[in-house]
Amino acid sequence: MSEVRNVVIVGSGPAGYTAAIYAARAQLDPIIYEGSVTAGGALMNTTEVENFPGFTDGVMGPDLMDSMRKQAKRFGAELITDDIVEMDLAGDVKILKDGSGNTVKAKSVILATGSAYREIGLVNEKRLSGHGVSWCATCDGFFFRGQTIAVVGGGDSAVEEATFLTRFADKVVLIHRRGELRASKIMAERAKANPKIEFLWNTEVIDVLGADKVEGLQLRNTVDGTESERAFTGLFVAIGHIPRSELLVGQITLDNEGYVICEGRSTRTNLKGVFACGDLVDHTYRQAITAAGSGCAAALDAEKFLAH
Amino acid sequence: MATSKVTTATFDADVLKSSTPVLVDFWAEWCGPCRAVGPILEEISDEYGSKIKIVKLNTDEESAIAIKYGITSIPSMYVFVNGEVVKQMVGAKPKPALLKELESFLV
Repeated sequence: MSEVRNVVIVGSGPAGYTAAIYAARAQLDPIIYEGSVTAGGALMNTTEVENFPGFTDGVMGPDLMDSMRKQAKRFGAELITDDIVEMDLAGDVKILKDGSGNTVKAKSVILATGSAYREIGLVNEKRLSGHGVSWCATCDGFFFRGQTIAVVGGGDSAVEEATFLTRFADKVVLIHRRGELRASKIMAERAKANPKIEFLWNTEVIDVLGADKVEGLQLRNTVDGTESERAFTGLFVAIGHIPRSELLVGQITLDNEGYVICEGRSTRTNLKGVFACGDLVDHTYRQAITAAGSGCAAALDAEKFLAH
Repeated sequence: MATSKVTTATFDADVLKSSTPVLVDFWAEWCGPCRAVGPILEEISDEYGSKIKIVKLNTDEESAIAIKYGITSIPSMYVFVNGEVVKQMVGAKPKPALLKELESFLV
């Protein structure tokens, strides 16, 4: 393919789709690589989103993403359900390769690859993944009907997962390293009022126990160092995310946690014609609406770049 | 060859007694990653149907089998040869990654 596109968008959460909507309406004829199994991004594994403005009664995460996708399509964005596996972003013409071996060239690139689940980093966590260790409550909660399970984490995702899992589990124990939650107040209050949720404060998971499936956790008190074991049949890990910037290492300036660094309040990266938005750049806010906002900014920045 | 649906009633004949390797996709309607990997499995089935049979087991409808094989995450993709599980894959993966994992069955 020798055609050089105006803009290629990589990634398809609220940031990627919003960038596609704006770029398509600006008649930049964008092409968006949605990801072969990650299309729609992190919201595809959530349930109800209550705080996206404009949805009085809330909206299901996958439905919201489906609407954004259709909106991008309506304005003519070309949607490709594949991954970008290689990028050469340095030149005036950016060269990207997809998972099927096709190459696409573009004058500008909007990076919106989002983030991946953070793992605790235990050998047995990996070994028992799919055998009681899970990163997706909406996918796997069903298999823990009537059981006692643990959720590790203290942010919004951990609290949302714990609350969701009480639909299935008899008891959900939320294990958090600190003495208070980071989650938003409304979600924390809801979890605290839920009789099926127990809180284990100042506690970290140091090992996952079980031969073929999760049977328990080894825990350590972060205040006095006391170690203990407790029986669980499931462990849901919700300790945050890491930016999916592995393809950018060596090309784009990243901070020491792997987030893309943008110039000031813009979405401009260190490379001319390369813009970044969404969770890939955001340490702080990490909301659907802020991701969408930065996707919009990236499209406008790209439009301005292409006009010059 | 398109993928086919397997149930508790047909599991023995379609999977355990199959003469070719069988990949069983444990999935459910409400699971986003399952829906994402579904079309990829269809493609692999179309391209490599003579080497490996791909069947789908709905864990909502056939929970007894899912429990028997200790499924706690979906999608889980198990490969059966001569009635034994010889490979377990958990989670949706892009097509090239799946093909790599299945390499030894596709030659």
